[in-house]
Amino acid sequence: MTEGAVEARTGEPIIELRNVDKWFGEFHVLRDINLEVKKGERVVVCGPSGSGKSTMIRCINRLEEHQQGQIVVAGIELTADVKNIEAIRREVGMVFQQFNLFPHLTVLQNLTLAPIWVRKLPRKEAEDTARLYLQRVRIPEQADKYPGQLSGGQQQRVAIARSLCMRPEIMLFDEPTSALDPEMIKEVLDVMIELAQEGMTMVCVTHEMGFARTVADTMVFMDRGEIVERGPPKEFFTNPQSDRTKLFLSQILAH
Amino acid sequence: MADVDVTQEVPLPVERPRPVTAGPIAWLRVNLFNSIPNTILTLAALYLVAVIIPPVIRWAFIDAVWHAETGRACRAGGACWAFIAEKGRFILFGRFPYAEHWRPLFTVVIFIAMILASCDRRLWGRRLAVLWLAGLIAVGVLMWGGVLGMTYVETSLWNGLPLTLILATVGMVFAFPLAILLALGRRSQLPAVRGICVGYIELVRGVPLITVLFMASVMLPLFLPAGMTIDKLLRAQVAVILFAAAYLAEIIRGGLQAIPRGQYEAADSLGLGYWRRTRLIILPQALAMVIPPLVNSFIGGFKNTTLVTIIGLFDLLGAANAALTDANWQGFYIEAYVFTAAIYWTFCFFMSRYSQMLEREFNKGRQR
Repeated sequence: MTEGAVEARTGEPIIELRNVDKWFGEFHVLRDINLEVKKGERVVVCGPSGSGKSTMIRCINRLEEHQQGQIVVAGIELTADVKNIEAIRREVGMVFQQFNLFPHLTVLQNLTLAPIWVRKLPRKEAEDTARLYLQRVRIPEQADKYPGQLSGGQQQRVAIARSLCMRPEIMLFDEPTSALDPEMIKEVLDVMIELAQEGMTMVCVTHEMGFARTVADTMVFMDRGEIVERGPPKEFFTNPQSDRTKLFLSQILAH
Repeated sequence: MADVDVTQEVPLPVERPRPVTAGPIAWLRVNLFNSIPNTILTLAALYLVAVIIPPVIRWAFIDAVWHAETGRACRAGGACWAFIAEKGRFILFGRFPYAEHWRPLFTVVIFIAMILASCDRRLWGRRLAVLWLAGLIAVGVLMWGGVLGMTYVETSLWNGLPLTLILATVGMVFAFPLAILLALGRRSQLPAVRGICVGYIELVRGVPLITVLFMASVMLPLFLPAGMTIDKLLRAQVAVILFAAAYLAEIIRGGLQAIPRGQYEAADSLGLGYWRRTRLIILPQALAMVIPPLVNSFIGGFKNTTLVTIIGLFDLLGAANAALTDANWQGFYIEAYVFTAAIYWTFCFFMSRYSQMLEREFNKGRQR
């Protein structure tokens, strides 16, 4: 076990979901979800498609609204209060499956937009920070290109850098490599592994089990809107308790 | 990194396209006579050109009369450009006091300058808004007068091209932001806001502009308390703005709907909030996408201003019609309409070219 993982165990909870329920119309998409993420902890969420894992992390920054239960992020409770929602979103970065870069802005403008308008940083400072993070995701030379001119892997790394420019406390990853060609997955995972090693609090929805083994402190398995099983990756992969977990792991690790 | 770099480019044998024989004959063969139907079409087109062009040239130039005291000297069968020489100023400026024609002339120059300045994307923003405000104030001072030693001229004497430009430009400048608000309102989560916007758009789109103008000029005064009047030009201007806004709103809404949900979510997750998200992320993309229909609407709106003739305002076309009533110069409809059409066409053509340029600019980021 790495040093960071030990530290994570002792950290304070920074995300708390208590008895969270959500419905899409008649469909009960989240059932009594309880999840606690400590500062510096890396949580990997997996499960079959339609199990509610994306919906759950999208509730954490209120891209989806939960209907019952309580969500507290960085000490702020998520309610309908727009002030609270915006305060939480400033502290929570998110990376999407489809990158969602702003196509009408250059890479540099994508990175500096929120720091300038939300954090009120001077342009110069925002640009310096942006170039720093572009360096870290290893594409400093692409600063003045438009997103449409980059490959999928490069776009996703820009998207990660864009979130990091806001200096968030927490990073959410919603299947960040699912839309990528196989040869580009590694370059994105490498960036995420580095981020994990620096102690960023991360919640990742992903099917990349190799990545999960490398960085996760906690594995969470969801099925049909419930958290079925959770635990450290070692036990989770070698000795899963639930039959549903076993079935899922056998399917995903078979090939 | 892996040992083998799969991204490395392996040079492939280059196949060059077969050279096309150059020269005008080859060009003709490829473009005009490459098939039997095309050959027939080419010949038919040549025949039409031969029939139409010479008489037009003869009428417009060879047989044309350029100088004449009255219309009677103009009966040779060619164009009577003497009519335009005599009445051109009246068509452009109408009944504005003759000695003061420099004022509407300056107004036209100011409008054209402001329109040209607005074309430069580097000026977009607060500076441009200030420029427009200053320009509109200058136009108001010039046209009304009553200060700085200029005589007062009432709005019913604001005729011709300045009137057309005021109605069209001021109409678009105010209709555009209103349309954006209406389009956003129609997509709002708040039922009251949405209801008002839908109601407004559907109501205004459901009636012809002439009806709106009539209501503004005939019906509105009936409802006002006795003794209170609102300037007729102002009423027409408001009608034009409200009418254009409804159409533009639907175009802009079309653009808004084309923005993928991911853009909203990315902006939200960065904590931008509704107004910043709208201004920085959503609108720039939505508007860039609807430039062709927007410009279409602007061109249509520009020409729609001719309808104000119906309520007794003399715009460019109205002034041309008025010029035709001179007993000394009767019957030169073609000359008058060619002249006004040329002016309308110049403005519309400019708008169309500019929009094509803008489209290319905005699409830069989307091209690989």
